Amino acid sequence: MVRSELLALMVAALIASGGAAVSAGLQDFAAVERGRYLANAADCGSCHTVPGSGQRFAGGRPIETPFGVLVAPNITPDRETGIGAWSDEEFDAAVRHGIRRDGKRLYPAMPYPYFTRMSRQDVKDIRAYLSTVAPTHNAIASNRLPFPLNIRLMMAAWDKLYFAPGEFHANSSKSDEWNRGAYLVQGPGHCGACHTPKTLLGGDESSAPLQGYTLQGWVAPDITSGEGPLASWSTDDVAQYLKTGHNRFAAAAGLMGEVVDLSTSKLSDADVKAMATYLKDVSGPKAAADSSVDQKVLTAGGAIYQDLCSACHKSDGTGVPNLIPDLSHAATVDTGDPTTVLRVILQGAQSVATDREPTGPAMPAFGWQLNDAQVAAVASYIRNHWGKGPAVSEEQVKTERAALHARTN
Amino acid sequence: MARKLPRKDVVIVGLGWTGSIMAYEIAGAGLDVVAIERGPWRNTATDFPPGYAADELRYRIRHELFLRPDQTTFTFRNKMSQTALPIRSWGAFMPPNGVGGGGVHWNAETWRFLPSDFVLRKHLTERYGANFLPEDMTIQDWGITYDELEPHYDRFEYLCGTSGQAGNVKGKIIEGGNPFEGPRSRPYPNPPQDQPFSPTLFAKAAHDLGYKPFPQPSGNMSRAYQNPLGVRLGPCTYCGFCEWFGCGNYSKASPQTTILPALIRKPNFSARDNSEVVRIDLDGTGKRATGVTFVDTDGNEWEQPADLVVLSAYTIFNVQLLLLSGIGKPYDAQANTGVIGRNFTHQTTSDVVSFFDPAKFVFNPFIASGAIGTCIDEFNGDNFDHGPHGFVGGGYMGQVQTNGRPIETTPVPPGTPLWGAQWKKAVKENYQSALKPGTGVHGSMYSYRDVYVDLDPTYKDRFGRPLARITMDFHDNEIKQNKFLTDKFAEIFQAMGARQVHKEYRKGPYDITKYQTTHLCGGAIMGTDPATSALNRYLQSWDVPNLFVLGASAFPQNAGYNPTGTVAALAYWAADAIHGKYLKNPGQLING
Repeated sequence: MVRSELLALMVAALIASGGAAVSAGLQDFAAVERGRYLANAADCGSCHTVPGSGQRFAGGRPIETPFGVLVAPNITPDRETGIGAWSDEEFDAAVRHGIRRDGKRLYPAMPYPYFTRMSRQDVKDIRAYLSTVAPTHNAIASNRLPFPLNIRLMMAAWDKLYFAPGEFHANSSKSDEWNRGAYLVQGPGHCGACHTPKTLLGGDESSAPLQGYTLQGWVAPDITSGEGPLASWSTDDVAQYLKTGHNRFAAAAGLMGEVVDLSTSKLSDADVKAMATYLKDVSGPKAAADSSVDQKVLTAGGAIYQDLCSACHKSDGTGVPNLIPDLSHAATVDTGDPTTVLRVILQGAQSVATDREPTGPAMPAFGWQLNDAQVAAVASYIRNHWGKGPAVSEEQVKTERAALHARTN
Repeated sequence: MARKLPRKDVVIVGLGWTGSIMAYEIAGAGLDVVAIERGPWRNTATDFPPGYAADELRYRIRHELFLRPDQTTFTFRNKMSQTALPIRSWGAFMPPNGVGGGGVHWNAETWRFLPSDFVLRKHLTERYGANFLPEDMTIQDWGITYDELEPHYDRFEYLCGTSGQAGNVKGKIIEGGNPFEGPRSRPYPNPPQDQPFSPTLFAKAAHDLGYKPFPQPSGNMSRAYQNPLGVRLGPCTYCGFCEWFGCGNYSKASPQTTILPALIRKPNFSARDNSEVVRIDLDGTGKRATGVTFVDTDGNEWEQPADLVVLSAYTIFNVQLLLLSGIGKPYDAQANTGVIGRNFTHQTTSDVVSFFDPAKFVFNPFIASGAIGTCIDEFNGDNFDHGPHGFVGGGYMGQVQTNGRPIETTPVPPGTPLWGAQWKKAVKENYQSALKPGTGVHGSMYSYRDVYVDLDPTYKDRFGRPLARITMDFHDNEIKQNKFLTDKFAEIFQAMGARQVHKEYRKGPYDITKYQTTHLCGGAIMGTDPATSALNRYLQSWDVPNLFVLGASAFPQNAGYNPTGTVAALAYWAADAIHGKYLKNPGQLING
């Protein structure tokens, strides 16, 4: 669309909304800028845009949850199908309290349990920014959950159990940087939405923050430091990973690649450093040692590794900084759940390309070449040889292969 | 009837090395650029992953990465008196296809030409007199000097992360490098690759004979590297699957590993793959290009209008497209008039196969990369006195250990049966102890009046367009040059302790069926005189000023080196001219 047409549309939308619903107008440059930054930090565009559609924030992307598929709504300023007719109060209630405009409750696929840590002003500014994007007419039927989960009233009980509303409060015993990082991680960044284990009802396991969870066919690994997998990553390593998608240990691919692409790479250097500072202070349990892997399996896996993997990852697994992941330090490799390891071996993975690290190297697929037993052997080897991750069984590979076969993304 | 697409500032025909370089440079100037590529898009992990990149049958024997002759081909004859026939299976050179072009499947031997190569006719005439050159030799000066091109060589080497040992930094000769090279502004970005046993032995023998051996400059990484565009390459694993193959682990400089990741992030760049440009469109005056017409895989014709056209396909297809578009005066060998198609050249290569005592020598030929080896440059260009020898030109020679791949690496001493138990026994005995350099003698081929490209009068492509016709043969000058160089080369293998040395001289007639190199040059050459060149010194068409033609087709004759370094440097040079001169005042940059 030609830019002048776009502008005309935006102006038309504003006139249509009578200005009443939008308190921070297009003139309020600072609010719009701040809102844009926060919308990036909150990664709104990821769920609310169908990838590759070119219709930013127009909704329609299916979001897998353990309970079924939800479809992200249209949050462009379109009055009929978007949020153009909403008041700032209605927008705030949805983002920070999980209450829809009609008074019904949202499902926590919308991470309001995290967004509640943002201030009223933060959310108002995000609204100001969203008011400036091109309105797109795109009606979305969000709820595709089966009965009885499709009854939103049930969410009231859920909220009682798992939703603790309230803004972020700084910890005065910590530095400003730590507090900024804590705000970003716990609030807009909603890192725990993927990285914190969930209860049977899909609520955060509040006793184990950021200790890893599996969703949408990927492991969001334990990202605790202290004794956790990131213990050997420096603050700069974590910050570099968030900003560029790569560091001397790991490369972001899959869902995290998308997070880096759309969100963390767009944050300031100071903010990713702040997030890293906070994350380096979140302790977690030491990974459970498991040395019971069958030596024959490790021997076979080691042979496959040297034959197929060592050209890039090196014989000792250390890879090439910022290009090829170091299998002895990448958080997804020896984490308890092998889903990501198996997916990457079977299907390959495209790492994220960013302005700072434009290369975007990719891991090729090996599922066509290795049978289930061979994948299990090489996965067990890379998990157990350098780290102490548990072995992977042939059965697990078979299951993962079938799951990937059924996947469309 | 072609359907018309929205106008672009620039259309680039062919997205190989030169197309990528030009696209990146002009997109950087803010122009809206579209590249149109005949073949498919190619990525490392999906198109040549390590799991099957090392498949000699698929890539080397069955030509997976190359243009398919049934899409388009050319016709060939040695002499003007013969009738050319169409080539239906590639032989002497391999026409590239697809994004990355020849940059995907090259060996990455990354050379600069000698300063004297650019002023060849002037230099040789001054040193030996005009009568020393054969009467029908049509060599010319390039209209550009080495010093002008030096910053652009440098940019390409730093783009690629070239691994090598400088021999001349700002005029200071550096021990261990090539002392004959033109002065470079700074050393190579990476140290040379590690040398296996046989190049080490070659260097020692060459040194003992009084030569100054040096490691071949290589676009295969001696260590991990991040180039000025931010793109990263990994260290080479010496797997020996470079030429004919894509590199599976980001270790060989190619458009994919050095420039495309940065280029595709530019919002003002787009590319169309699987689209074959069939002509450059001209306005009514014939003096201005209006864009190009291409055909997609559905057979639909599209017109892509553009203000500036950059032709950056493979040598012979650049020339063919100019001829088919009616740009420039076609070369007429009988009348010795016209420019498009003239000064067409290739390379004069040969090899020496030597056999060592298996009990004493184990060379492990499979520890290889496309450009590891040691070379000497004493017999290149005019680095030696040609007076007593009666020929001009020369080449580098070296023990370059490119591969020990099983299907092709079957060296057996002359006299061995061609098949059967004795042949098998001989292969087994000699695999580890015979040397057949991947690159041996790499000599120049100078230009002649009767070596050229024109349109075939009989054979047509699937669109009914005449095929390009190559008329090419070796001349006595190159045969003599090769005999002299091959003999010198063989002496070094004798000195290494070979018990049998077999020289494979390059002899006429030129054989289109056996692989030599992919270094076709000329046909749309640069120069200072519109009567004898198609392009000015900025690679701008004399006839259609909003057309630039990149690639080795601009070489007035070929030097004794692999051409890619010079091809890429010229692309940067042309991009600079477009950026710094043409865009400010679009039009002919040289008053003709």
